[in-house]
Amino acid sequence: MRALTWQGTHKVQVDTVDDPEIINPRDAIIKITSTAICGSDLHLYDGVIPGLMPGDILGHEFMGEVVETGPKSTLQKGQRVVVPFTISCGQCFFCSTLQYSCCSNSNPVEKQDISANVYGHAMSGLFGYSHMTGGYSGGQAEYVRVPYSDIGPIVIPDHLEDEKVLFLSDILPTGWMAAENAEIQPDDTVAVWGCGPVGLFAIQSALVMGASQVIAIDHYPHRLELARQLGAKVINFRETSVLDALMDMSGGLGVDAVIDAVGMEAHGFAIDNIMDTAKQKIGFGADRVSALRQAIMAVRKGGRVSIPGVYGGMADKFPIGAIMEKGLQIRTGQTHVQRYTKDLLAKIEDGTLDTTFLISHRLPLEQAADGYKNFKEQQDTWTKVILKPGMSAPDNTRKENA
Amino acid sequence: MSEDARKGLWGTAGFAGLMLAAGAGAFISSQRDKRDKRNQTADDAPGFTARRSFGAYDVVGRTVTIARPREELYAYWHDFANLATFMENIVSVKPTGADGRSVWTILAPAGRTVEVETEVVKDEPGKLIAWRSVEGSQIDTEGRVTFEDAPGERGTRVGVRIAYKPPAGELGRAVAKLFMREPNIQARHDLKRFKMLMEAGEIATSANRKDKTRAAKQASQSQDASQDNTRQEETA
Repeated sequence: MRALTWQGTHKVQVDTVDDPEIINPRDAIIKITSTAICGSDLHLYDGVIPGLMPGDILGHEFMGEVVETGPKSTLQKGQRVVVPFTISCGQCFFCSTLQYSCCSNSNPVEKQDISANVYGHAMSGLFGYSHMTGGYSGGQAEYVRVPYSDIGPIVIPDHLEDEKVLFLSDILPTGWMAAENAEIQPDDTVAVWGCGPVGLFAIQSALVMGASQVIAIDHYPHRLELARQLGAKVINFRETSVLDALMDMSGGLGVDAVIDAVGMEAHGFAIDNIMDTAKQKIGFGADRVSALRQAIMAVRKGGRVSIPGVYGGMADKFPIGAIMEKGLQIRTGQTHVQRYTKDLLAKIEDGTLDTTFLISHRLPLEQAADGYKNFKEQQDTWTKVILKPGMSAPDNTRKENA
Repeated sequence: MSEDARKGLWGTAGFAGLMLAAGAGAFISSQRDKRDKRNQTADDAPGFTARRSFGAYDVVGRTVTIARPREELYAYWHDFANLATFMENIVSVKPTGADGRSVWTILAPAGRTVEVETEVVKDEPGKLIAWRSVEGSQIDTEGRVTFEDAPGERGTRVGVRIAYKPPAGELGRAVAKLFMREPNIQARHDLKRFKMLMEAGEIATSANRKDKTRAAKQASQSQDASQDNTRQEETA
């Protein structure tokens, strides 16, 4: 089959690789119909997540048709399913308490040592996201092997097209859980850093949950415009003193809850971020945390800090004093996707949530490498890229010659 | 060997049913006595987590919580032939017919195998199985697995403690570690595989093809090893 493989920093390519096959009884094989490039794939593209090996198949947002099932799979051939990016067994302590992204069984034993050493506990398995989270082949491919197919995949009714439901795999539940973690109350002002797909879904979710005001912070005009269309007020951090603006827009109280939908590769000209960037470049293992620092400064006393943005290492100059002295609550984590898929599918079906407004580009899988490059370099307008293995490629000849 | 020494090895819960071989017991006992004079305050931590040495023996341990009933886990473990399904280094465990005795064929570094004959020294249905190597085995080892109810609905706490004399001393252990045959890592991995098998009904793999799984590679390795052994026997 054809699949997008990681070869090194800023080097991905579509290769011919072995088709996957059923290995464990609960497995299913899915023929991919739509898959997306996630903002967190850019962390892999940029080489700031450890544990990738050349040839690894990326992609953790995908859906498709069931073409093969193991003896203990509950799926049927021909069903359309969206697959959560978190691989969860459904039976361990964590799964049974709905903390699916903490599953203790999905990361193969020999891969658990990496994260157990770095974080004190082993992470669960994730699709296409380095060997630290299992080394599972991802879904930016024609086919994918899905373990625990009786627990994860959600069956999609025929009348809902791919693009409406694809984001149930990651960014929609991630944005939703980010808003849930902010414990939004009706009179709240909520500030969201980052108007990428997760930030945009967090904004939409916060408004659905009844926040009186949502303020979006970014520097890309088009992305800020998308946030505004959802009903948020916007701040361009290149033009505005963010802390002063937020203080005033929240009536001098400070914002009630903050959501960091930026993560470890924050932009910004502040001195702290320049130092973080330098350290990240020389492999110092430091995450760039300037957005999170600003969020912690902006949130009111006793406020809530929600962190859906991805971090992987250590942070320098982290304002632990502000967290303690202001009495903040922090909630974060990889998304417990399986907890949300059913409810969110219903909200897509009844029109509560709009899931297609952010899609900017649709490409054949063969052009996935272009998709990564543009998603990385033209972030303002390339807001979300969908890859379709079956789509015909208009400039295929150019690709073959390249 | 004193009651204190035994407690030191197996933890404060004690382990009355299991006696160490006389030599090892004396060694551990003397180590322990010296230290006891300096520090009389014992804590509640498991014995194997102590920062002190157990003399010639290494002691490893690990506990996992498995969301299955105690009796079911005990029953699966009690059939020693099942151990090869989740213990990566075990080629086979075969009962020898003699009461409670089995021969364990274990993969060692460089494709070799080591055989250890053990006897069950304590067996409490649903709670505990303890074994030790019989005199004259290639590896001097003893171990036990305990099954305790976890709080509330959490299932069972399964604890494994193994004491062993590293083959060929420190050097042997260093070499073993290179090949992932280090008992501490192995015990931890094996116990996690047991948990996967009991909870999820299968052992997680990220391989995409049947011949690329660790289990498949392991099977071919143990086949190679048994062929090597046959060759060795033939040449001997």
